[in-house]
Amino acid sequence: MHRRLHGRAGYRKVAGVTVTAALGLAAVAACSSSSTTSGSSPSVTGHVTVGGFCAPPSSSPVPYREWNEDVAAFEKANPNITIQSIYSAQCDVPATLTAQLAAGTEPDVYETYFGDLHQALDAGQAADITQYVNSKTVPVWNDIVPSAKTPVTAGKTLYGIPIFNYTQGLVINRKLFTQAGLNPDTPPTTWAQVETDAAAITKLGNGIYGYGDYSSGNNGGWHFTSELDANGGAMTNAAGTTATFDTPQGMQVLQALHNLRFTDKAMSATQGLAWGTLQKQMAAGKLGMFIAAPDDIYNVIVPIDGGNVNDYGMGPLPSVSGTPAGTLSGGDAYLFAKRDTPAQIEAGIKWLNFEDLTLGSGQFNFARTKADGQPVGFYEPQLFQGPTGTAYTSLLNKYTTINESYYTTFINANEQPDGQPADDQALYKSLDPVMLSVLTNPNADIPQLLKSATSAVNQILANSNGG
Amino acid sequence: MADLVTARKADTLPPARSAAGGRAARGRAARKLVPEARRNLSAYGFLIGAVLCFALFSWYPMVREIIMSFQKTQLGVTSWAGLVNYRRIFNDPTFWTAWRNTLEFTLLALLLGFAVPFFVAILLNELRHAKGYLRCLVYLPVMLPPASALLLFSYFYDPTYGLFNDILHTLHLPTSQWVLSSGTRWPTAAMISVVIAATWMNMGGATLIYLAALQNIPGELYEAAELDGAGIVKKIRHITIPQTKLVLSMLLMLQIIATMQMFVEAFILDGGQGVNNNTESVVYLIYQYAFAMSSASNFNSAAALGVVLLVVLATFSGGYVWLTRTRDR
Repeated sequence: MHRRLHGRAGYRKVAGVTVTAALGLAAVAACSSSSTTSGSSPSVTGHVTVGGFCAPPSSSPVPYREWNEDVAAFEKANPNITIQSIYSAQCDVPATLTAQLAAGTEPDVYETYFGDLHQALDAGQAADITQYVNSKTVPVWNDIVPSAKTPVTAGKTLYGIPIFNYTQGLVINRKLFTQAGLNPDTPPTTWAQVETDAAAITKLGNGIYGYGDYSSGNNGGWHFTSELDANGGAMTNAAGTTATFDTPQGMQVLQALHNLRFTDKAMSATQGLAWGTLQKQMAAGKLGMFIAAPDDIYNVIVPIDGGNVNDYGMGPLPSVSGTPAGTLSGGDAYLFAKRDTPAQIEAGIKWLNFEDLTLGSGQFNFARTKADGQPVGFYEPQLFQGPTGTAYTSLLNKYTTINESYYTTFINANEQPDGQPADDQALYKSLDPVMLSVLTNPNADIPQLLKSATSAVNQILANSNGG
Repeated sequence: MADLVTARKADTLPPARSAAGGRAARGRAARKLVPEARRNLSAYGFLIGAVLCFALFSWYPMVREIIMSFQKTQLGVTSWAGLVNYRRIFNDPTFWTAWRNTLEFTLLALLLGFAVPFFVAILLNELRHAKGYLRCLVYLPVMLPPASALLLFSYFYDPTYGLFNDILHTLHLPTSQWVLSSGTRWPTAAMISVVIAATWMNMGGATLIYLAALQNIPGELYEAAELDGAGIVKKIRHITIPQTKLVLSMLLMLQIIATMQMFVEAFILDGGQGVNNNTESVVYLIYQYAFAMSSASNFNSAAALGVVLLVVLATFSGGYVWLTRTRDR
């Protein structure tokens, strides 16, 4: 799931993006006073510097400016805290994080995917923050959905703060659907319909392809997992000890992809693609459909790749039945380095509360986002429940700029979030070659590919479980 | 031959260092050890710097790697694990595939990467005009950062928009998937594509070294051969190759060691694994173990595989040195 180019914080910034200076400062001041008056961290005494927060790079000028405004406002309200940002297009690069954890050189507060806690604990690099997080330091804490807290919790010990979550669906290019004579309000829900629609879109020519998918950078396995979940399968058994994707459900997914590539000729011959490539194709108007979470539209395709938000919509994940049985779900969280001082942990939590978990502030400053001409109103993240969830929806609706009807079938499908398999990245890595073979080899032996991948994954799981 | 070399060396040395004088000098040096050491203080200083650098950045990591290969780390605690990491890598189904691919790359890289620069050097040596210009052209790819050169080739190889398929299409020839070809039978189209890119990237350096060696061959040898009626093939076989044997054998060993560590080429061209793992190399597998699998990443297993690679390369190098020494005698 290495799907996010920018750290979530970075692109949350895109979502929480920009305003006029006066509006921004007003909102920020309101939020910072709320976080200050919420009683958080009175124990942060003396000056403390805390670093590692994922900030958008200067090549994304609007979110970059907004981030810096937020930091300035926060530091003004908390003069004893200095926030050191990491300006990067992608903060959580799995290989880099793995190396940092092994060397103990991770930032004070580091961004991770939901599946990363296990390796942080194994490396001995995750601080216990249980005593620091409560309804005073993070007022919305009790309303954060349990599925977002589970990935940062081991036993009864809390190690991180979740700041984003997602499920996946089928992103469509409404403009191409219309040009191909298809109805963009009813995106395909079965693989058979995907094939038919993709073939129709491909007939538009001019380098346009109906469907795209990943097959490298762990992204092929990541998408296969989601497609398998939607088709009623699962990557492993519940205990996470045995691979379970060599099934008719797995075969059907791969066969559909193979058909799209070689029978329908609705996918490009250029394969081996990783995260970031399909978004560019979509923004350039060269791709009809691909699997993604909603934030790919508002975080990447529109603000980074220059797409027009009105050209896109979403349907549920395709499946053989037309009703997705589930979806891979994930998200992002911040963990704290074991070496952090209590003051750093308190300061880090205070910043995260201000920037990522306060309605009307940071990523949820929808007034600013709207004022800056960025799209507002997407279905995800769905981070809150209870009163905060209601307030969040109300705030979102107040500033919505997108046409929500473009996402109706995705929202109505209400896909069951299945989380991610144990040792997720390792499993995705093992499935990349399968996806690549299916998308490049006209004579791909799908049963044999699944059999070999099952053997490899069982080996990984056995090693992880002490075998 | 060895006597001749010794005699030549003796001729070139100052009298105090000749065989008889050397013994006397050693005797004097033993009596004046301290003043001698003082005189060479700066030399020792430089030597210490170099030794420290090697110790810190080469030898220590190697020793550390060997230690790590027998350990495991869980929940921040490192403990001895015996041969667990070695068992893991030998039980990995991709272990042998990676070795097979690495050997395939090495052999193909030798065929192309060893022979092509040699013949390009011969051609350049024979040229009478535009020598400097062509040498510059041949060396130019070496100046490109490897990642840039490989990205360039990834565009050339693109099955949809790539230059190579455009050319084939224009000539009404069948196009190819190049690095994304799915075959697994030796030699695979995917691996040949990788080797072509690698050869283009690296041949400039080898060509210049060959060229320098060729220019040291006395012209009289060729003139004599021509008088004896030798053609170009015979001249290459009986003069050029024997006269450049030392350089050839040195580059052969360096090339084998370098190609056995293939990583960046496939990593950039096809993500490292290729279709059906047909370009996955041993070093890529090390990378996978160490970094690419997040929670299942395992530096200790990566270290074990690194040790196996080290042993293979050290054995090869040792055997090679032993064989060439024997031959010289």
